[in-house]
Amino acid sequence: MSDVVRSEPAPVGVSGEIIGPGQTLGSVTDKIASVVLNERVPRGWWVGLGISLALLMVFVTALGVLLAYGTGVWGVNVPVAWGFAIINFVWWIGIGHAGTLISAILLLFRQQWRTSINRFAEAMTLFAVACAGLYPILHLGRPWLAYWLFPYPNTMAMWPNFRSPLVWDVFAVTTYATVSLMFWFIGLIPDLATLRDRSESLAAKKIYGIFAMGWRGSARHWHRYETAYLLLAALSTPLVVSVHTIVSFDFAISVIPGWHATIFPPYFVAGAIFSGFAMVATIAIPLRWAYGLENFITMKHLDNMARVMLATGLIVAYGYMMEAFFAFYSGNLFERSMIQLRFSGPYSSAYWALILCNVAIPQLLWFKRVRLNTLSLLFVAVVVNIGMWLERYVIVVTSLSNDFLPSSWESYSPTVWDIALYVGSFGLFGTLLFLFIRFLPMISIFEMRTLVPEAEVEPNGNGGSGSGPARPGSEGPS
Amino acid sequence: MSAPYGVIAEFTNVTALVRAIEEVRDSGYRDMDAYTPFPVEEVSEALGHHRSILPLLVFCGGILGASGGFFLQYWTSVIDYPLNVGGRPLNSVISFIPVVFECTILVAAFVAVFGMLALNGLPRPHHPIFNAQNFALASRDRFFLCIEATDPKFNLLETRSLLEGLEAHAVSVVDE
Repeated sequence: MSDVVRSEPAPVGVSGEIIGPGQTLGSVTDKIASVVLNERVPRGWWVGLGISLALLMVFVTALGVLLAYGTGVWGVNVPVAWGFAIINFVWWIGIGHAGTLISAILLLFRQQWRTSINRFAEAMTLFAVACAGLYPILHLGRPWLAYWLFPYPNTMAMWPNFRSPLVWDVFAVTTYATVSLMFWFIGLIPDLATLRDRSESLAAKKIYGIFAMGWRGSARHWHRYETAYLLLAALSTPLVVSVHTIVSFDFAISVIPGWHATIFPPYFVAGAIFSGFAMVATIAIPLRWAYGLENFITMKHLDNMARVMLATGLIVAYGYMMEAFFAFYSGNLFERSMIQLRFSGPYSSAYWALILCNVAIPQLLWFKRVRLNTLSLLFVAVVVNIGMWLERYVIVVTSLSNDFLPSSWESYSPTVWDIALYVGSFGLFGTLLFLFIRFLPMISIFEMRTLVPEAEVEPNGNGGSGSGPARPGSEGPS
Repeated sequence: MSAPYGVIAEFTNVTALVRAIEEVRDSGYRDMDAYTPFPVEEVSEALGHHRSILPLLVFCGGILGASGGFFLQYWTSVIDYPLNVGGRPLNSVISFIPVVFECTILVAAFVAVFGMLALNGLPRPHHPIFNAQNFALASRDRFFLCIEATDPKFNLLETRSLLEGLEAHAVSVVDE
């Protein structure tokens, strides 16, 4: 029986498109682990890490200047007190959302194509949340007192005001970061065991061994592991929706014209997924090229990501439309003048640029030729990233700079330190990402194993009651 | 040589492992475990695993988180530090929902992760099974079935010959 299985590979099932032909358990393991375990590091990795470290220096410098001189070095003023810090916070945290969407929501929907991109998308989430989390803390002015945000018994005998969306944000972002980290780590455990068993050097064996926590692939363990993984996915799904909803509450709960709208939560969540998938594509396309991973991150993946971008992009476009419609339909003078100001005021160039980036250019994704060409897809993804940043810029700056009283109007322009702290955050993100690629498997090895034809149990007539027909959809940790 | 931990059979494909588990269980053995490089539902079924208690624990964790989150807000906003903010009620239940929700998810997720590890007895860096021949391949492309010495039917020679009679690639004794 087993000889038959060995000599002729089972027919390629539904997994045919999402994994290259001819892959076996061994080849999948060796290929993905070799990126980490090989001594030879591609030159591109050094170049990428070098650029990231240079940008990280920019970030550290901007941080030093900020801590030395205070938030006065930024372009923020009264009334535009939020500026780049909050724009960047919302932008980065939105990017993070695609990672959770891929790892949790697509798992629940049994979308097998998520398998080869979920690991680095989750890593991207963590690093994006790390970048995002820094901005509101730095924006506090005295970031060393950030622990005041948490409810803890203190000598001032005060507690946070739980009616404020800014306090909700603290809970949402810390919960999101914690749960994302746990989800990522749990997914890594079996792969860390693989690296432990396959690395040559004793130091690597020990370090991977410590983090693998003695994982031995026991069937009993797998059983509970899958249950836990599925539960975490089920918990992360509403969590990811809640996080950007609460971020949108920071705006929508206020009465500022242009912010006080019920469309904000769904439109923010869709925008987060839109920008997140754009970032996943922006990272995946160069990565699969540099490491020769075309058999694992196939055109099918890129096509699916492009479709998600197109769909969420349309939701975002609907959001822009409704924003304008509400403003006029409400009959509220301030709402109406706010939208007119966005169309033709001092920041109208940013508004129309965002419409171009988020609404017009993504329509190219209707064409199969654009979706299946990595260069054109990369172009659209980068444009969407820019557009989503502009969206937050328009929302934050236009509404704050022109509120109810003309006497309190003030225009906003960033200083060089605003820009340095934004550009520098790419350094932080890139450094973490390149270190991750070097030291951890960027594709989930054990989940990829479930996709190869060998992984299916052959149906057998004389088998016991337990062995039903092999399910082609036998998932990873589902 | 001390008493053995068990006898282990190595298989090169998952179908052979599932058949072997069925045969070994039909022969009356119960104390055994399979080791696979990826989760296999059929293996779990053949071994007769029951539903885990984990979902119940996670549910309790969620309840704990929700009530803890609400209690935190109620006690701080109504009892310990009643502050009139814009004339809103001290017990602003609707405003408390987001934090209650986040606490629910946070505690439930902690229980899911640490509960799974605790039920699995991890971390446990050293385990007798790691002494088995070729066991490093259990995290690559080999499948193992170990009948443990604690099984009442366990007999070194008989158990070994039973496993050798299956489609195993290799059979060996695992030392404690």
